[in-house]
Amino acid sequence: MPVKRFDKTPMPTQVAGMRAHNFLEVNEGYTEDHARFEAERCLRCQDPICVTGCPVGVPIPQFIHAVALGDRQGASRLLRSANPLASVCGRVCAQENQCEARCSLAGRFNPVAIGHLERFVADWERTQTHEAKPQITRTEKVAIIGSGPAGLVCAGELARLGYSVTIYEALHAPGGVLRYGIPEFRLPKDILDWEISLLTDLGVKIECNVIIGRTLSLDQLTTKMGYSAVFIGTGAGLPQFLGIPGENLVGVYSANEYLTRVNLMRGYSADADTPVAHGESVAIVGAGNTAMDAVRTAMRMGASKAMVIYRRSETEMSAREEEYHHAKEEGVEFHCLTNPLEIIDDGNGRVAALRCQRMVLGEPDKSGRARPVAIPDSEFVIPVDNVVLAIGTTPNPMLTRTTAGLSTTPSGCIVADERTGSTSRSLVFAGGDAVSGAATVILAAGAGKRAASAIHETLNPG
Amino acid sequence: MSRIVETRQLTPVTKMFVLDNRLIAESAQAGQFVMLRVHKDGERIPVTIADYDREAGTITIVVQAVGATTRRVDALDVGDEILDVAGPLGSPIEIPDGGAHVVGVGGGFGAAALLCLMREIHAKGNTATAIVGARNQDLLIMTNELLGVADNVEICTDDGSAGMKGFVTQRLAQLMDGQGPGRPDRVIAIGPMAMMRAIAAATKESGIKTMVSMDPLMVDGTGMCGGCRVIVDGKSQFACIDGPVFDAQLVDFDLAMRRNKAYAEQEKAAAKRLACAPAEAV
Ligand SMILES: Cc1cc2nc3c(=O)[nH]c(=O)nc-3n(C[C@H](O)[C@H](O)[C@H](O)COP(=O)(O)OP(=O)(O)OC[C@H]3O[C@@H](n4cnc5c(N)ncnc54)[C@H](O)[C@@H]3O)c2cc1C
Ligand SMILES: Cc1cc2nc3c(=O)[nH]c(=O)nc-3n(C[C@H](O)[C@H](O)[C@H](O)COP(=O)(O)OP(=O)(O)OC[C@H]3O[C@@H](n4cnc5c(N)ncnc54)[C@H](O)[C@@H]3O)c2cc1C
Ligand code: SF4
Ligand code: FES
Repeated sequence: MPVKRFDKTPMPTQVAGMRAHNFLEVNEGYTEDHARFEAERCLRCQDPICVTGCPVGVPIPQFIHAVALGDRQGASRLLRSANPLASVCGRVCAQENQCEARCSLAGRFNPVAIGHLERFVADWERTQTHEAKPQITRTEKVAIIGSGPAGLVCAGELARLGYSVTIYEALHAPGGVLRYGIPEFRLPKDILDWEISLLTDLGVKIECNVIIGRTLSLDQLTTKMGYSAVFIGTGAGLPQFLGIPGENLVGVYSANEYLTRVNLMRGYSADADTPVAHGESVAIVGAGNTAMDAVRTAMRMGASKAMVIYRRSETEMSAREEEYHHAKEEGVEFHCLTNPLEIIDDGNGRVAALRCQRMVLGEPDKSGRARPVAIPDSEFVIPVDNVVLAIGTTPNPMLTRTTAGLSTTPSGCIVADERTGSTSRSLVFAGGDAVSGAATVILAAGAGKRAASAIHETLNPG
Repeated sequence: MSRIVETRQLTPVTKMFVLDNRLIAESAQAGQFVMLRVHKDGERIPVTIADYDREAGTITIVVQAVGATTRRVDALDVGDEILDVAGPLGSPIEIPDGGAHVVGVGGGFGAAALLCLMREIHAKGNTATAIVGARNQDLLIMTNELLGVADNVEICTDDGSAGMKGFVTQRLAQLMDGQGPGRPDRVIAIGPMAMMRAIAAATKESGIKTMVSMDPLMVDGTGMCGGCRVIVDGKSQFACIDGPVFDAQLVDFDLAMRRNKAYAEQEKAAAKRLACAPAEAV
């Protein structure tokens, strides 16, 4: 029977003082007892409104009910039928803005911890042996460009439908942002590797170090190489800069560079060759997930002072709630309503300090969030060794710049149908951040899934 | 993985490698580079495609051992595999459609990069002149190969042990005065930053369109990190996707040179871990 308990069952975590200095996962995951206890809170609503908040329509009350009954096998089947990246999404989705925001319990009580339960089920699944065998039953081949969540999910869905699928990835390892951006302490790379192994077990081929638009053209894929359809999931990995003085000083990074040096190139290990700065005092500009990852990485790389500099207030931050709380617990300083004006030179071309200005919130702007307005004569200087800019990214242009006939928006996003992912070129589909601009893992996964169905319907109608 | 099918030691610290990589060989053009990684904790380093052979399915690179990664490459031999080779990256050099006198200036490993450039310039119906320089005759690289592809090869050495005694900039100035193969319509310089800056200064007043191939520090080479940004005409450009070749008169060289020294300390440490002291750069 559902139990009306006010609180969510808390997620066990590594203690803040310790985890702030290691790269082990912060959240330790529910035990079986935690999970059943929490699952019993679900009301199993007739009209489960939580599902409407899930971009891939996970059958939430059904899988939670299976957890409550101790049927982990059933739960995992239900979950995976809708979300092929459950072990990742259970860790990185902003459930508080999606399913959990809509949960019937959310008004008077805490919502059901849908995300934690998703993770519980997916983690159990990982301990089971898998006997997936390639089931390539069709003659058509499909090429996937980019191995982020959009590409991985699209590939998996098509492989399950019997297509022969090859993913082409520009970097030396697959996963997109899941590999180079999101740190180990939030998404262990073992988990990503396991998800990817499920795909390769299904017969999906992954070719790394191949840049479509450079190593091979899109046209070569569709003509010479005989691919019947192509899915583009090239993401939005191009970092933006502020355009303020001092941005090119040594010691200023984009968050992508900082996180890539640490994650993809294993900068946290003393044996890795790729160098990365170990500033004592590090300022991160921005307040999204990327900023939280960068600032918490800086702590773990040994900073004694790791700060977030954000021009709006805490309410406008776009980071997941959990990341913000974890960051605070770990000792990250938040300087809100603070706008960076200039990065100051130490006289030798390196960063010495950040000159900022205090802000107040004014009228809402185009995004609907309150516009920060500068307070006159409020400038001040914070001494820093490194500055990391986490102020957004735009679509990677390597493919679009070299491919004729592929329509893009003025901001470089590929124009694609919301429902099918079809683009201005026939048999070429696209989805994820490359279409939407920087968004979320689950939106990218959802787009990959819809495109896979559309590709199937196009190649094998009826 | 790319297998090394041929190597040649060009100078004590510079080695040529021919790599078996059909996909890159078929798509490479002059001015582009590859990203290499030699072991699982290794860094990704950019290396210019000196030449390609579409039929044989090979590319040629020339690596100068200056630090940990380049020395690891240097230690490889025929039959060894390079773990990761990704490319061709960067935008190809734009070459006039014919009838122009195009001069390529190469210094250090940059001389090797003139190989495919000269061939492409000539094939498009232009006159291809290579100016290559080094401290002395022993440090000159690829001159014979260049003789096979360029219309003219001009050699300069600091000590006069081969070709003209003097710097590449001096020979370029003579060409601009109408000597030798004559005034260039376009100049493309590939080599150490200091040399490229001197070339930019040499052609500045002449109005001759001059391009330089920038070599900032890179992490991914795919536009994802922004670490390779150079300031061109006051605007931030990513060398790996917007370049690496830019208009010489618009590049902020001072900034670029400063940024390349960002990791000097840690690079030394990485080199030490490799158990040898940093080699003198040529
Ligand atoms: C640091 C950070 C933290 C984040 N945290 C969260 C979070 O907690 N929760 C959340 O939901 N979202 C988060 N996001 C956003 C989320 O990661 C992205 O929205 C998502 O990864 C987009 O997926 P994608 O498949 O569209 O592209 P990406 O993950 O960007 O993958 C694109 C891939 O395509 C490759 N590629 C690009 N061009 C080519 C080409 N021409 N040829 C071959 N390959 C190419 C790239 O190398 C890359 O591997 C975060 C993002 C960052 C940067
Ligand atoms: C587009 C491009 C093309 C390149 N082509 C070639 C090539 O064809 N052959 C070749 O040998 N090298 C080339 N380089 C330079 C090469 O990438 C660097 O020498 C290499 O990354 C050094 O790595 P390392 O670990 O051996 O040395 P590190 O330990 O990283 O550095 C050792 C020393 O070299 C200096 N250095 C490092 N990177 C650079 C750089 N990018 N430019 C100048 N000095 C640097 C450092 O400041 C340091 O003093 C190219 C660079 C770029 C960006
Ligand atoms: S809305 Fe909440 S209580 Fe209702 S089914 Fe969904 S998770 Fe359970
Ligand atoms: S090397 Fe990372 S953006 Fe150019």
